[in-house]
Amino acid sequence: MKFLVCISNVPDTTTKIAFTPDNKEFNKAGVQFVINPWDEYALTRAIELKEAQGGGTVTVLNVGEADTEPNIRKALAIGADDAIRVNAFPKDAFFVAQQIASIAKDGGYDVILMGKESIDYNGFQVHGMVGELLGIPTVAPAMKLDMSGNTATLEREIEGGKEIVEVNTPFVASCQQPMCEPRIPNMRGIMTARTKPLKVVEPVGDAPRTEVAVYALPPKKEGVKLIPAENAGELIKLLRNEAKVI
Amino acid sequence: MSVLVVVECDGGEVKKSSLEVASYGSQVAQMLGTTATAVAVGEATEANLAQLGEQGITKVLYDAEPRLKDFVNGAYTKLIAAAAQQEDAKVIVLANSNIGAAVGSRLSVRLQASLVTNVIELPKNEGGQFTVKRGAFSGKALADVVLSSDRKILAVKKNSIEALHEAGKTAQVESFSAQLTDADFADAPKQVIMQEQTGGVLLPEADKVVSGGRGMKGPENWNLIEDLAKALGAATACSKPVSDVDWRPHHEHVGQTGITVSPNLYIACGISGAIQHLAGVNSSKVIVVINKDPEAPFFKAADYGIVGDVFDVLPKLTQAVKELG
Repeated sequence: MKFLVCISNVPDTTTKIAFTPDNKEFNKAGVQFVINPWDEYALTRAIELKEAQGGGTVTVLNVGEADTEPNIRKALAIGADDAIRVNAFPKDAFFVAQQIASIAKDGGYDVILMGKESIDYNGFQVHGMVGELLGIPTVAPAMKLDMSGNTATLEREIEGGKEIVEVNTPFVASCQQPMCEPRIPNMRGIMTARTKPLKVVEPVGDAPRTEVAVYALPPKKEGVKLIPAENAGELIKLLRNEAKVI
Repeated sequence: MSVLVVVECDGGEVKKSSLEVASYGSQVAQMLGTTATAVAVGEATEANLAQLGEQGITKVLYDAEPRLKDFVNGAYTKLIAAAAQQEDAKVIVLANSNIGAAVGSRLSVRLQASLVTNVIELPKNEGGQFTVKRGAFSGKALADVVLSSDRKILAVKKNSIEALHEAGKTAQVESFSAQLTDADFADAPKQVIMQEQTGGVLLPEADKVVSGGRGMKGPENWNLIEDLAKALGAATACSKPVSDVDWRPHHEHVGQTGITVSPNLYIACGISGAIQHLAGVNSSKVIVVINKDPEAPFFKAADYGIVGDVFDVLPKLTQAVKELG
């Protein structure tokens, strides 16, 4: 079975967010980039399923410029077999979805996995767009994924519960915990990753449909009002009479 | 031309987030000089749908096909696309929920529309540019996004928009059929399992949330969190370390890699306030922090704080809420 795992290159979760002077782009200076944490679930689960099936391939795909390659190599070190980088800045979700759909179609992949969203743009869009572009089902967000032959059984999170969904390949799923315990690279993986194939291709498709005009930081809080612990009940009065939230 | 609003219903009722979405849609319609039509999904009653008039909706389309009671991505997408065609909808508004965003992303491809999720304000339509503000970087930033396609889809974040209530106004409810076939239900769920909610309050829909961290010392102490939540009519939540060690279920984990919440009131008990946790809660209207460590970083993001032992403070708060009546 052929797995395609889409990964996004995002600022580390502890990053203090700052923008370029014109506020049009994220300021990358001094920022550590990681594989999007949600995508790590997709990657590890694909490797586990491949191992369980005793055959097949896991291809990792990233839409990004050359500076994303260290994290693509990391995905190879974790256990992907080969990688494709679409050489373009990921302008918007539709632009990225077109690249994934094009590669998925040409490569005849059976299972297309990714994280539920990227922690930078938080779009929660790409998986649905890819499914629609390919005319196949998308299950998002998935908390569990098991395969039996060509049939997958997934748990899909809904507000306040979950659905059990069955789909046949090919399909798209976006992953989140507790799907698996994301793996970290071991020394052997890091050594073999250096020689695994990483193909670079140019982007295809139509123009993006959205564009960020300007970024801003959220307004700062005015500062905390402290209430002495021995007088804790006073807080409830403030929440009712001053903040008016209860 | 019109604005189409997607209204999610559950057990006959319109979800609170959908009342906000309807209010958002009718205000966009007013801005564009047109009317707002709703298309309802899930289990609804005609009376509850007619009441959407209070949120400024003039007409509601409803397909009573019983298989639409549960979320089916293929069928919902086809239904909403058909409604959008019939109504010549230039703007489609949905909730930024697991249903709304899943359908919105498919619709955007099918209808060749620009899609923006996590929308937090009404749009601006100036100088030929349609711009809307959204949350990005897990709540650590805001972005103004320009939508360039002729048709636009907006997924509105819960609790960002105040629901309108114009008493006495009703919407006209019309039956609607998208001629759905069995193939449209191919990805229908085999089974739907709902979780037990503390006091029946659903975390993603909650107005108030009481959340516990490692400072609670163990799952056996969660009754203190639950008591305060029950008294307030709040949902319960927890930090990542707590769900990682299985003190609480994963679906209660709030933070960057868990659920993002934006209630009116978020009470954090024994949570230090790691940047990843703040990312999941920092769009809450009022944040209260209770922690015995005065240096806990969460106090910097809080509106109200108590430096003290949660085991001492929580029962006092619960008592004070009960005394309010």
